[in-house]
Amino acid sequence: MSEEVNAALEFRDVDILFDRGNRRGAIEAALARLDAGETREEIGRALKVTVGVAGANLAVARGEISVLMGLSGSGKSTLLRAANRLNRPVRGEVRIGNGLAWLDIARCDDDTLRTLRKTRIAMVFQQFGLLPWRTVRDNVGFGLELRGMAPSLRRDVVAEKLELVGLSNWADAHVHELSGGMQQRVGLARAFATDADILLMDEPFSALDPLIRRKLQDELLDLQKRLKKTILFVSHDIDEALKIGSRITIMREGRIIQTGTPDDIALRPVDDYVAEFIRHMNPLPTIVAASVMRRFEDLPRLPDGMLDGGRIAVAPDAATMWVAGRAVPVRPHSAWVEGALCVVPARLSLGEIIALRQRSGLPVLVEAEGRLVGLCDDADILQALCGKARFGAG
Amino acid sequence: MGIDVRDIEHRETGAARIMAPEQWIAEHKIPVGAVMAAVVDVVRKHGLGFFDAITDIVGFCADGLTMLLLDIPPLLLVVAATAGAWFLRRSPALVALVALGLLFIINQGYWNETMATLSLILFSTIFCMAIGVPLGIACAHRPRLARALQPFLDLMQTLPTFVYLIPTLILFGLGTVPGMISTIIFAVPAPIRMTQMGIARVPRSLIEAGEAFGATGRQILWKIELPAALPMIQAGLTQCIMLSLSMVVIAALVGAGGLGVPVVRALNTVQVDAGFESGFVIVLLAIMLDRVCRPKDSAS
Repeated sequence: MSEEVNAALEFRDVDILFDRGNRRGAIEAALARLDAGETREEIGRALKVTVGVAGANLAVARGEISVLMGLSGSGKSTLLRAANRLNRPVRGEVRIGNGLAWLDIARCDDDTLRTLRKTRIAMVFQQFGLLPWRTVRDNVGFGLELRGMAPSLRRDVVAEKLELVGLSNWADAHVHELSGGMQQRVGLARAFATDADILLMDEPFSALDPLIRRKLQDELLDLQKRLKKTILFVSHDIDEALKIGSRITIMREGRIIQTGTPDDIALRPVDDYVAEFIRHMNPLPTIVAASVMRRFEDLPRLPDGMLDGGRIAVAPDAATMWVAGRAVPVRPHSAWVEGALCVVPARLSLGEIIALRQRSGLPVLVEAEGRLVGLCDDADILQALCGKARFGAG
Repeated sequence: MGIDVRDIEHRETGAARIMAPEQWIAEHKIPVGAVMAAVVDVVRKHGLGFFDAITDIVGFCADGLTMLLLDIPPLLLVVAATAGAWFLRRSPALVALVALGLLFIINQGYWNETMATLSLILFSTIFCMAIGVPLGIACAHRPRLARALQPFLDLMQTLPTFVYLIPTLILFGLGTVPGMISTIIFAVPAPIRMTQMGIARVPRSLIEAGEAFGATGRQILWKIELPAALPMIQAGLTQCIMLSLSMVVIAALVGAGGLGVPVVRALNTVQVDAGFESGFVIVLLAIMLDRVCRPKDSAS
């Protein structure tokens, strides 16, 4: 119920079909067949109608990043583009709320649609979609210009948004003088410029090389902390989805097959298709200390009452560690202790745990909610890498 | 009519008096020429006032411009044209070309003819662009219109110019105007086609970017399609000028003034020297106009 109220964007039973043959009644016939349970291929062959999306239900909560995932042709971009009616659903509703009332973007009149596009929903494109004959400044101000804002007012907003994406020095450059990463920053600034609360991002980083891609993902997360937009993000990269998504939706052949938090997707894939996605992810940035560690209560007890942590022994109250016969007091704050032992938060990623373990030569201690709760040693790390780890924070 | 009399006699003396199929076909001539003649006749009868008005207005404007250009001292105009070329392209080589080219024309004694040709080209080009660009845009947005227009554009460009020179002569009389009308008919398909191609080739992603930010159809046209198609439209302009220039000799045949006149005169009197002089001047004018108007390289 709370989700219902919070949702800024909601898809309800959305079907998106494309008529390739331009035959009268083909769409209606295709819908009937779709309801009768025929597959995409059968409908495509019989009626020359492409089923882009079928029966999609999805709510995007205010301020969250919701990622649509799937292989190419799975309908993820098609669904995203229904959110600002670049693709118009044949059936179903695309509701956009302002906390008080709903509007169905799939059926509203053209004036309302344009107003929504100018003020509520902005979009970032895979191929950037920048106008090559304009300067960076004029590209960023494009949305405001369409709104009819005076150039003098526009200038200030544009300067502010360029600063946001770190391109203030490039305002008068032309788009082709910029690298791909910078061009997409212009695309981001253009989307931010209209102060729309909903952001549609159609594989925005897919055209960039991996290093730049990761950098822009970090920047987006950073900006999101401040801006708190509602973001619908399309990706075909599971690592990207797990990294930036607060919710992930997996699509296949036009249908949504699973929606959930990254943990849900990774831990409880509903079928082999989703599991296959997860199998190819990179565990280092995704798995966190909480799922790698062995909890103290699971450690075997030594004859003297201590817990056996391999190279270290843990006092039962977890306040003292015995390293090479020497007692080291440890407090549950993330820090280096005595230059060798270290305490990390439960959300720290596997990659960083491995680095710390390498430097200290000793197990890494994990703290959660002001208590030391477990440790990560070589065996735990190897086990996590083998894919037996549990996901998410404890 | 067109049938060989001896041939018929020969056949009639023959045993069988059967007509050969091709003979039958030839005897039942479809009156293409007659119909066109009748159409022109009807148009002339009912539109006489209209065509006279056009003749007067266009003739007044074109001849007026020629007079105006001739009133300006030639050297002053050379300086102005050179400055204009610098302002447009910022290229020293081009400025030198324009200055030396115009001085060469003065030197050869074809200044007056050049001015007359220039005003003819200017008017026909303005007219062609005024029709061609909007029509090209309409064609790009409506594929059906483009398909309907296609045969007419082909016809306008391939029908020998002399053929439609005859009706224009009847409708508009001798002088600058029929020359200009023929020039326009010949040149206007270029801007139409180039504009259509330019608009149709605007990447879908740019148009969607416009739509996604709430652009109206008109905003998409003015802020996305036209700027994106501008190089093509400019290429259409250059083509239009070149095509107009290629018509100067033919325009001279129906009494339009300009550089075509000395060429025709040279042809009639078999004067090699005068022919080449005026020919070179036309080429020079073409090169100057082309270099000044052609689209800038996109690799700038």
